[in-house]
Amino acid sequence: MLRFLVRRTLGALVILLIVSMVTYALFFAIPADPARLYCGKTCTPENLALIRHDMGFDHAWPVQYWNWLSTIFTGGTFNGVHCGAPCFGYSFDKKELVGGILLDRFPTTLSLTVGSAVVFLIFGIGTGMLAAHKQGKPADKIASGFSLLASSMQIYVAGPLALWALCYSTDLLALPTYVPITEDPLGWAGGLLVPWIVLSLIWTANYTRMTRSSMVEQLSEDYVRTARAKGMSGTSVFMRYAWRGAMGTIVTVFGIDLGVLLGGAIITETTFSLHGLGELAIHSFRDSDLSLLVGVTVVAATLIVFFNIIVDAAYALIDPRIRLA
Amino acid sequence: MTTPTGATTDGDTSRPGSTSDLADNATTDAPADAGFRGLSPGQLMWRRFLRDRTGVVSACVVLFFVAVAILAPLISMLYGKNPETHYGQEDVSLLTDSGLPTGPNGGMSGDFWFGLEPGLGRDVLTLLIYGIRTSLIIAVATSLLTTVIGVALGIAAGYLGGKTDYLIGRVIDVLMSFPSQIFLIATMPVVTGLLVAQDENPPGWLPFVAVTLVLSLLGWMGLARILRGISLSLREREFIEAAKVTGASPMRIIFKEILPNLWTPILVQSTLALPAFVTAEAGLSYLGVGVSEPTPDWGRMIADGANFLRTDVTFLLFPGLAMVVFVLAFNLLGDSVRDAFDPKTGR
Repeated sequence: MLRFLVRRTLGALVILLIVSMVTYALFFAIPADPARLYCGKTCTPENLALIRHDMGFDHAWPVQYWNWLSTIFTGGTFNGVHCGAPCFGYSFDKKELVGGILLDRFPTTLSLTVGSAVVFLIFGIGTGMLAAHKQGKPADKIASGFSLLASSMQIYVAGPLALWALCYSTDLLALPTYVPITEDPLGWAGGLLVPWIVLSLIWTANYTRMTRSSMVEQLSEDYVRTARAKGMSGTSVFMRYAWRGAMGTIVTVFGIDLGVLLGGAIITETTFSLHGLGELAIHSFRDSDLSLLVGVTVVAATLIVFFNIIVDAAYALIDPRIRLA
Repeated sequence: MTTPTGATTDGDTSRPGSTSDLADNATTDAPADAGFRGLSPGQLMWRRFLRDRTGVVSACVVLFFVAVAILAPLISMLYGKNPETHYGQEDVSLLTDSGLPTGPNGGMSGDFWFGLEPGLGRDVLTLLIYGIRTSLIIAVATSLLTTVIGVALGIAAGYLGGKTDYLIGRVIDVLMSFPSQIFLIATMPVVTGLLVAQDENPPGWLPFVAVTLVLSLLGWMGLARILRGISLSLREREFIEAAKVTGASPMRIIFKEILPNLWTPILVQSTLALPAFVTAEAGLSYLGVGVSEPTPDWGRMIADGANFLRTDVTFLLFPGLAMVVFVLAFNLLGDSVRDAFDPKTGR
């Protein structure tokens, strides 16, 4: 297990290096000059060069990339603000340290993800198992039909519709806002209720479909038939044999989804005007804020890679046939 | 892979014209199988597909959308409107001073069946039917491109193995770790910049090509992984060895021995991928980085509609519903195609 974790962590670091490097290279391939944005209307060539130098844009991108990379470990001072290691740089647009902005935004994305994940896991797996148990019966038909319909919904369709139905036209629920849970737990839940409903609806449908299909697959396996032939009760075959087999797929997909969701759901956060990592990503891109863009991308990629490792480790715990080698 | 049930000794004596009757009346699978004697896998798949009512209905819906997209100029000619004219600005009585349609329900009337777009005052129906074109052209082109890349790299990795496999595997690992939404957004201006010089007037095809390339860049890995796995196991099979022993070149083995065995997963995966590209394309436009004005686009219509939520939901409703119906039909079609090829997976 330890060897596996060490090996995978090293691999993950290499991937993160590549991701951050590609982000840098991409940014410099974009035909725009960030320094010009801060130069203002009375822009002289001398001023421009000075700003470029201040921002560190006067080097070739590999040099800048190297500077960025080494600053993570050594720290640095930007515009008179000290940034201790691990330092992810300074946003010239927001006049703040990137690490601070990221920490500031992350709780929103975290609350959004955790709140809806609890709902869609419970309902999705529950409905999926029910549908697999009652395969072909009306309960299954209703559950499958509903999940098919809901999984064809997109957040950018369901989100505005939910806002219209629940907030604008009826005033049933509050418009989405983020209030830290430490300040006001009720306000926190109330402010995120509409996004949670929309996200849960769509993701519940996906998990229902997935749970049902992997349960149906497991139920047709030979070992399930053998267990039934031995005379085991239907419930214990269903729960202890088929469910355990199906769990591998569900854990894998959930781990991957969690990594992606925590890295910032751009469309969800844009739709509900929530200031999380996803919204930060698109804003930093629009404002040509390189250090912020690289910061968000690296955080998002780290979460994806991290959860991939967790998934593989969890997989080995669930399914003893799999060896971590 | 579906294999033909094979022409057995009495294959020629099967009663003419009775196969489907037999299959419909059959209570067990065995007689139904006997009725399919002597059919090619393709014919078997087609028959299974035709018996799947959901599949046929969703195929009809998909065909309807495709037909509307192709016939869009004809339809708008008969209807007498086009998606470019700003009707609301030509006729001041149609829009209020704040740019909202004067009529109820987003200005729906005998002249403008689905209402008027707030602000510019374009006709929603023609915007919708031309929007299908944008969606379909990009989604189909992306599906084709990702299929070509996925097939080429998947077979290369699986069949050649060794260093090639390792290299392609690592490239897939890295691409899978990219936060895809951020990257789709960040690569759009880069690809656009690569295609056209900055000060040049961008030609009309540019956004189409750019969106297609960007979506393809991060869209081929799933198919490549699946095909790698299958070709890896096919490589060890006897018929490949036999081909090698008889001196067939690697090219011949790949195209004549391996590829024919991969058509099923390729077709199934592409059918399932197409609606995903439709929604991804609309998502990019929704965020304002996809196909730009004046090309009609569903994602941008939805984003515009969301801006007028407080006053009128109609403008969101039409593109939203069209999108859901289209994606639902395509998803159902994909499931049916998969079931028809591989009846074991039954829903």
